[in-house]
Amino acid sequence: MSERYRKVAYYPGCALEGTGHAYDRSTRAVGKKLGLDLVEVRNWNCCGAMEVKNIDPKLQTYLSSRVMSIAAQEMGMDTVMAPCNGCYHNLKKAEYDLANDAASRDVVDRLSQKAGHATYRAGSLTTIHALDWIKEALGEDGIRLRTTRPLAGLKVANYYGCMYTRPRHIFPEKDKGEGSESTAAPHFMDDILAAAGAEIVDYPLKTACCGGAHTLSDSDTSTKLVLNLLETAEECGADVIATECPTCHSGLEMHQVRAEKRFGRKTRVAMMYFTQLLGVALGIGPRRLGIHENISDALEVLRAKGLR
Amino acid sequence: MIALADIERRIEAIRGADAGVPATEAAAELLRLGEAVLEHWVTARGEMPTKATREGFRLLALHHQGAKGEPSFNACRETCRELVYHHNLIAATTDAAALRRNLGLAARVALHLYFFVAGKLQEAALGEFCCSSRNGQNAAWQGDATMGNDP
Repeated sequence: MSERYRKVAYYPGCALEGTGHAYDRSTRAVGKKLGLDLVEVRNWNCCGAMEVKNIDPKLQTYLSSRVMSIAAQEMGMDTVMAPCNGCYHNLKKAEYDLANDAASRDVVDRLSQKAGHATYRAGSLTTIHALDWIKEALGEDGIRLRTTRPLAGLKVANYYGCMYTRPRHIFPEKDKGEGSESTAAPHFMDDILAAAGAEIVDYPLKTACCGGAHTLSDSDTSTKLVLNLLETAEECGADVIATECPTCHSGLEMHQVRAEKRFGRKTRVAMMYFTQLLGVALGIGPRRLGIHENISDALEVLRAKGLR
Repeated sequence: MIALADIERRIEAIRGADAGVPATEAAAELLRLGEAVLEHWVTARGEMPTKATREGFRLLALHHQGAKGEPSFNACRETCRELVYHHNLIAATTDAAALRRNLGLAARVALHLYFFVAGKLQEAALGEFCCSSRNGQNAAWQGDATMGNDP
């Protein structure tokens, strides 16, 4: 096991305390099982999400910078791990803006002084996603070694959503060739779950939009987008769609139900966070992974495959 | 310019194995339908749709044009690239079953592009999704905030 990322600051973000609670639960359970230390960022705040960013992007930069300031300056950490694509994206974007935009630095400095905490300095902290954390800390061989219940026979479509890799310029560590993540064709989740024994299906919509931003204002568009994702996964032969974003995950689950009510189209593919699937492979019980909290019937899929 | 609703109908027809033309022609038509979707977007923004190509495909040039000044439009960048990939894949496929499957998936990708762009066109001012809303199915967990650290 790599020493890098053995101990990281953990920024769950708002969604993992709400709709994505099972993601938080399974992430912590996997970390504990693997001996990886997650130190939750003290007194963290919202990253600015979509709501703040659309009104005042520099305020979003400040909100994300405060999280990074606490992790780096107050807690002395060098890495912060954010499992939520929205948080991950916003922290990376703040890092980029603070390194490249003097106006953003001025606003963040002013607001940090007003709030009474140290101003975050770009380059003090590395932001990673939960996929980077597992992939780097364990590697595929490490996962194979620790897998006690291989996900044999389970066909998985990996769904990354649109914020994990976009825009490219805020992810300078990606697209660096072999071993690095790709923004055009991400594969870390594929690598991790294949190492855990799952059969990965070729899924052409792995980075397509889930309609998360439309879900309240134009629910039918969201439902159509999700239904297309679900039916495509089924056409690819998938039993499960693995997710790594709480907004995508809850959107897929909610609109799966709505698609049946609104359009009379039922799909059976289940949704599971990749940490839940990895946890099953590591021998962690379904309840500790929060699988009972999923809306789609993931437990039944596991039962059918002899994984429960 | 072909109407949006007609684009959807035609993609669905191809998806439903009702293309009425060989798979390679249907794949080329899906590319053109994808271009037509993006033409709607570019035109709605008051621009003239480009006739240029990027990496040999007008679809990619149109996407590039449509994403200028609109970063969120990049959420369909890989969808466009997948459509090009499936077009090329179909051209290289000879097995009949594989052809049907690849054409079906290409139609799914085209449909996703259609839904995404049609949704963006419909919504002049996109609403927001508050991801901190509580898990409706499982409110009980709130009383046990340490569950994530259970042994």
